[in-house]
Amino acid sequence: MRGFLSADRIRMLVPAASLTVLLIAVFWLQPRAMSYTGLNLLFNLAVPIALATIAQMLIMMVNDLDLSIGTFVSFVACVTATFLQTDPVIGVLILAGCIGVYAGMGVIIHLRNLPSIVVTLGMSFVWGGLAVLILPSPGGTAPDWVRWLMTSRPPLVPMAIVASVLIAVVGHLIVMRSSFGVVLRGVGGNERSVARAGWSIVRARAAAYALAGLFAVLAGICLVGLTTSADANIATRYTLLAIAGVILGGGEFTGGRVSPIGAVIGALTLTLAGSFLSFLRISPDWQIGAQGAILILVLALRLLLNRREQAEQAK
Amino acid sequence: MISGDETAVIAVDGAEKSFGAVRALDGVSFSVRPHECVGLVGHNGAGKSTLVNLITGGLAPDSGSVLVSGMAEGEKFSIAGARAHGVRCVFQELSLCPNLTVEENTRITHPALKGLGWRRRARALIAGKLDAIFPGHGIDCTRMIGDLSIAERQMVEIATAFSESDTRVRLVILDEPTSSLDAGLAAQLLGYVRKFVSEGGAVVIISHILGEILSTADRVVVMKDGRVVSERRAAEFTVETLVGAMGSVVRARDARAPSAAAGEIVLTRKAPAGSGGIDFVARRGELVGLAGLGGHGQTRMLVGLFNAGGGDWVSPKDPRIAFVAGDRHVDGNLPLWSILRNMTISLLPDLTRRGLVDTRAEAEIAARWRERIEVRTKDMANPILSLSGGNQQKVLFARALATRAPVVLMDDPMRGVDIGTKQEVYAMLREEAAKGRTFVWYSTEMDEICQCDRVYVFREGRIVAELAGAEVSEERILSASFAEAAA
Repeated sequence: MRGFLSADRIRMLVPAASLTVLLIAVFWLQPRAMSYTGLNLLFNLAVPIALATIAQMLIMMVNDLDLSIGTFVSFVACVTATFLQTDPVIGVLILAGCIGVYAGMGVIIHLRNLPSIVVTLGMSFVWGGLAVLILPSPGGTAPDWVRWLMTSRPPLVPMAIVASVLIAVVGHLIVMRSSFGVVLRGVGGNERSVARAGWSIVRARAAAYALAGLFAVLAGICLVGLTTSADANIATRYTLLAIAGVILGGGEFTGGRVSPIGAVIGALTLTLAGSFLSFLRISPDWQIGAQGAILILVLALRLLLNRREQAEQAK
Repeated sequence: MISGDETAVIAVDGAEKSFGAVRALDGVSFSVRPHECVGLVGHNGAGKSTLVNLITGGLAPDSGSVLVSGMAEGEKFSIAGARAHGVRCVFQELSLCPNLTVEENTRITHPALKGLGWRRRARALIAGKLDAIFPGHGIDCTRMIGDLSIAERQMVEIATAFSESDTRVRLVILDEPTSSLDAGLAAQLLGYVRKFVSEGGAVVIISHILGEILSTADRVVVMKDGRVVSERRAAEFTVETLVGAMGSVVRARDARAPSAAAGEIVLTRKAPAGSGGIDFVARRGELVGLAGLGGHGQTRMLVGLFNAGGGDWVSPKDPRIAFVAGDRHVDGNLPLWSILRNMTISLLPDLTRRGLVDTRAEAEIAARWRERIEVRTKDMANPILSLSGGNQQKVLFARALATRAPVVLMDDPMRGVDIGTKQEVYAMLREEAAKGRTFVWYSTEMDEICQCDRVYVFREGRIVAELAGAEVSEERILSASFAEAAA
């Protein structure tokens, strides 16, 4: 029994099962969604959310939390729609600098022993302000290559699905399979023992933050590719969506227990929940509440299964 | 005294280390040579852990030196340096990452395991060591540590310490390595230790099971109060002489008539069926001591008693149990609050009138207790952290004593408190006990335990001895705390 349904398997099984159930429900309500174009439309906007979720997951992996992901992705979107399009060199430099800022945030949080929530909350205002400075009113244009990438139509499987799978696989390779990812997860699991083994925790934390910055930058670029123009508040809701996605995908706030595949599935589930509610003709006023209800339902299910598992272990 | 010669793997010379008022090491010299297994024994606070921390580079001595053979002149000794010179330690608290698999944890301890195929190499390394130490262990190295049993985790931890990749392991410190292993696994481990030693390795073993020490170690070092009090070949010790060496010269205990021995029973806790332990009973007006080596179930007992007596959702109108926390930084102080507020927090139900705190009554009570316990401060509105450690602890005592609770639980509350404060607290406890209060007192210090009317000695999570009145003596407590052989 314990061989098959270990706590870890349940962690993976619940998100996959909830996505499947939701997908079946959507197809049942709207059979036309079961097509190449239908699937692309359903999951299009999930791609940047999935990238932002991976970024949040990397921060949560080292027992921190990033409250600035939403405004940061908005800022990146503004840079992409302006500088990256007009002066690609400056654009790339700005984005690379952003990743450096993320690494620096990790260093400061570690060295000064600051709560990550406070630092990132402060940074969220900085990013938000910078975004408004760049684009005071909605506008800008997506660079052609970004637009081409996000609207390309690979044979058989729509771009949204290909991109999601790719993000999950790359995330899995970096975090779960590489020897480097092991150290990062170790920091979340038992920082002291990692330090005792002679690793630099500052470096590990900086690496986790820089990696998160990279994924968030990719999220902003992809988002502009889909929307063609940007706005300073384009992605502010990503902060909470990304946290919800990580948790929905089987991750935890502390203890270095994360799953990149789960995080992507979580992001897809959240996006799908929105479409599902529209198909049900629930008024937009109620949608956020209903989305929350779905989240609570899935988490309750996981808790229940985990409890059962623990009871079995205690026997 | 056996002197450390040139070839010693590690040589500590005249090391001193103090933590505030507590002198943890008072001029300790200690060395281990290749081909040698050294047993290190001593009761709580003897300085074993501090010594281990010096050897592993976790702490630097205030004075004296720590030398690892092969270390360059003037090289700063640190955790990484100790590891680089082949010093490994299995710590008492488990130090693996619970969210990683066995092979991933091996990767954490061996930075050399990287690049393509590291997982396979890590698995081969750790599985090979597990097979060598615990043949037939049956641990799947792809499983997560969090899913393993405590014994399996300890086996992995031990195997990790002995495993080598880029550096040779020359000295392994085993701190209570068999605490969660059954007799068969413990025997496998001790057999491996002998083999490792015969091949030129060095081992320091710390254990509360003296039989293990005597059968495995070549030499036994006995510590007490931060000093090495005895050091001899293991063959020259017996369990009795070892226990004798750990105690001090028999101290005359102030004769104390068991106060109100016939008081009614206020607290009981049955030993789990089949554990062979003794039931816990506390009577009105009694000072009950919980003794034994740290971490053998005393705190769990206190928390159990507290949870059984306190309300779950709604706090009871009349408080039944008060708790004095041991680690004041973790569960005692409210660091941002004033002394006054820290003192009166558990009294607030009594001080509340129409939902508001009656500040005048609060100040009155605080002033009364300030006088009684002599908190050394100008103003009770000062932040709690402005006080010295001993005075902070007194405030926590006042917090518990000022309540109407008839039972007070104390979780080793006087670690690191100076002797003067201790004497004041002892007197206060006696006085309160005479008024009919019951105290359950877990302490790692022998002086404090000897203040109690009755003492329960814990070992391996259960009560193994009950001592009352004149029976309470250091010798009796020591011999009950240490087992002759694995249970």
